[in-house]
Amino acid sequence: MIPELGQFALILALLLAVVQGTFPLAGAARGVREWMALAKPAAQGQFVFVAIAFGCLVWSFLQDDFSVLNVATNSNTRLPTAYKVAASWGSHEGSLLLWVLMMATWTVAVSLFSRHLPNEMVARVLGVMGLVSVGFLLFMLLTSNPFDRLFPPAPEGRDLNPLLQDPGMVIHPPMLYMGYVGFSVAFAFAIAALLGGKLDATWARWSRPWTTAAWCFLTIGIALGSWWAYYELGWGGWWFWDPVENASFLPWLIGTALIHSLAVTEKRGSFKSWTVLLAISAFSLSLLGTFLVRSGVLTSVHAFATDPKRGVFILAFLSVVIGGSLALFAWRAPKVGLGGRFDALSRESALLANNVLLAVAAGSVLLGTLYPLFLDALNLGKISVGPPYFDAVFAPIMAPLVFLMGVGPIARWKKAEVPDLVARLKWALGAAIGAGLAVPFLAGKWTPMIAFGLALAFWVFAASFVSVKERIRNFRGGLAARMAAQPRSYWGMLIAHVGVGVFIVGVTVVKGYETERDLRMDVGDTVTVGAHTFRFDGVRDVVGPNYRGARGDVTVSRDGKVIETLHPEKRIYTAQQMPMTEAAIDTGLFGDIYVSLGEPVDGGAWSVRVYAKPFVTWIWGGCFLMALGGALAISDRRYRVTARRESAVSANQAA
Amino acid sequence: MKPRHKRIALILGGVAALGIAAALVLNAFQSNLVFFFSPSEVLAQKAPVNKTFRVGGLVEEGSIKRQSDGLTVHFKVTDTARAIPVVYTGILPDLFKEGKGVVAQGRLGDDGVFRASEVLAKHDENYMPPDAAHAVEQAQKAQKSLKQ
Repeated sequence: MIPELGQFALILALLLAVVQGTFPLAGAARGVREWMALAKPAAQGQFVFVAIAFGCLVWSFLQDDFSVLNVATNSNTRLPTAYKVAASWGSHEGSLLLWVLMMATWTVAVSLFSRHLPNEMVARVLGVMGLVSVGFLLFMLLTSNPFDRLFPPAPEGRDLNPLLQDPGMVIHPPMLYMGYVGFSVAFAFAIAALLGGKLDATWARWSRPWTTAAWCFLTIGIALGSWWAYYELGWGGWWFWDPVENASFLPWLIGTALIHSLAVTEKRGSFKSWTVLLAISAFSLSLLGTFLVRSGVLTSVHAFATDPKRGVFILAFLSVVIGGSLALFAWRAPKVGLGGRFDALSRESALLANNVLLAVAAGSVLLGTLYPLFLDALNLGKISVGPPYFDAVFAPIMAPLVFLMGVGPIARWKKAEVPDLVARLKWALGAAIGAGLAVPFLAGKWTPMIAFGLALAFWVFAASFVSVKERIRNFRGGLAARMAAQPRSYWGMLIAHVGVGVFIVGVTVVKGYETERDLRMDVGDTVTVGAHTFRFDGVRDVVGPNYRGARGDVTVSRDGKVIETLHPEKRIYTAQQMPMTEAAIDTGLFGDIYVSLGEPVDGGAWSVRVYAKPFVTWIWGGCFLMALGGALAISDRRYRVTARRESAVSANQAA
Repeated sequence: MKPRHKRIALILGGVAALGIAAALVLNAFQSNLVFFFSPSEVLAQKAPVNKTFRVGGLVEEGSIKRQSDGLTVHFKVTDTARAIPVVYTGILPDLFKEGKGVVAQGRLGDDGVFRASEVLAKHDENYMPPDAAHAVEQAQKAQKSLKQ
């Protein structure tokens, strides 16, 4: 009964989405107020029904209703409750429902926080979002229904993939999807601007907080995924350039470009067409990412052909969204205009270079991700493009970007002078190069890559310091008062940039100084990695709720003193007899100790991985700072003040 | 310089930068492609010598042998028609098992033993790496056409 209720709610949501995607757009085109007014109630109603459907799915999982196919294949009576909830978005079907729920959430957020926007704008934005919703709801109902029944019901579920039974995996997909779907708001604003033919600084100010919010979620989502891979896959890597990861990284790169381009559009009125194009690309890549991961193309392009219904729908939907919006762009962009002029050296040109570099980076990642799929689809052979390609391409593109990160924020708008920039930044540059050369020496190992990476990071820190110093110079009062006088969007930008620096420190130090030892250890054996000595004290049996396994005891000591005992585990999840490695990690601000079990060898001995990962947490710490910076920027009062002023103006006009 | 010259210089600079980037990307792309071969293809000497490639199929039943160091493992990868010996030193992935799909990346030695630097087996019990599945499918097709 409950699953049917969920299905029915989905159908009602689809009907409302159709209303939301048609009448308001038509109304905006023909100037019919009543039609435009339908946008908000339809969007809010759609949210209610999608939420009901989602609730029904979660309920089915909590009740162990194995007559629902989705539940039977992804859950189990002995699965802990929190993971039963998470399992509802663990499958293809469930994750689509989560996608639609996120979409509805963003739509409702837009409908609630858009009182100060003109009616046509709201109608168009919500209308476009409604159309995207229609696509996804149709896809779900026609090809991937999460409520499909199984007859006869299964006596027991097949259990959630053990890799996903982890707190990180509970929050990672919702965060990632909030990011993916959040770009639909930027997309809808861009399409609305093209339809209306009006794209100005005010438009950019409306889009900015939404785009930044989506970007923050995506940043956190990707960081969580990377962190999860680090501790859950059992071999200590944090980024593999796997197609699934690239799929989330592509919209992030373009989204980052979009945030910067929007800044120029708001402040200077330039880059208009480019901003629109980036907004379209960011969302298109989000769609592509969702489908790459969720359609099974990556498992095998031929799996795509075995279920042609899904494949054809996906291709059709992608080409309608991407083709349609690009056609609209080609047709309407000339109306939007180009905006203000700027000099070859100016903050605009620095941001333009930022955009070009990010776009090139995204292009090269896209090439490496899609090319093997194309070859395979055309039966031209099987190849893979591994991490060496991405490493070789990515670092040289990112290095000038990071350099510009120091120059851009202090360069003047419209026209900057080289001698002036050199005079202001020479100390920062000197400090960065000095630190880059010296620090690796002090750390005991010097290579050009480490020196270069650290110099880049210190450059970001030093240039940020210069920026703050110059900003607060012209304000009165004590240091705290002068700092408080700066707008939050400025601090947001600064913290996000420092986050990139922190991230670079993490990557450079881990790559340069990590120690990895794979070895056979008998009971009582010791090994020294870095400053720590590890003693293997054998394994004991453990029994968990839905697994059994072996738990090792590894005593860690430093300078002869015992610090702690780590307990890496090797589990067998009973439902599928699937083995899993649970690494034991001692996390620290300046480095992690990582121990995981391989296999039993003979006579109580095991193969063991013992790693020292200095500064590895800085990688995710940097991502967290970037997201924090984004959140601060959104909270800038200027978005709210102007919003209030504009609504006051429109109220006056109405009166 | 006149503004027009400046603009031309800017555009030329931009095009040059993009060209360099494209050359860099394509060069890295060319040199980092890893091709895939099935055991039958490797034994038919279609695979490159002294170049990294991937070989995939099933881990042959009864072929896993561990050396006493606990880390070096010998096994055979088969596409059900023919099999090639592989040696790997390190800790194998959780789902590495006899009779299950596997993909190994490495180089072929002069002695005909494939020295793997990386062994991949994926996250799901029923999931066969697509490359491994492809190799088995190819071999079975070839056998069928031989019988006919």
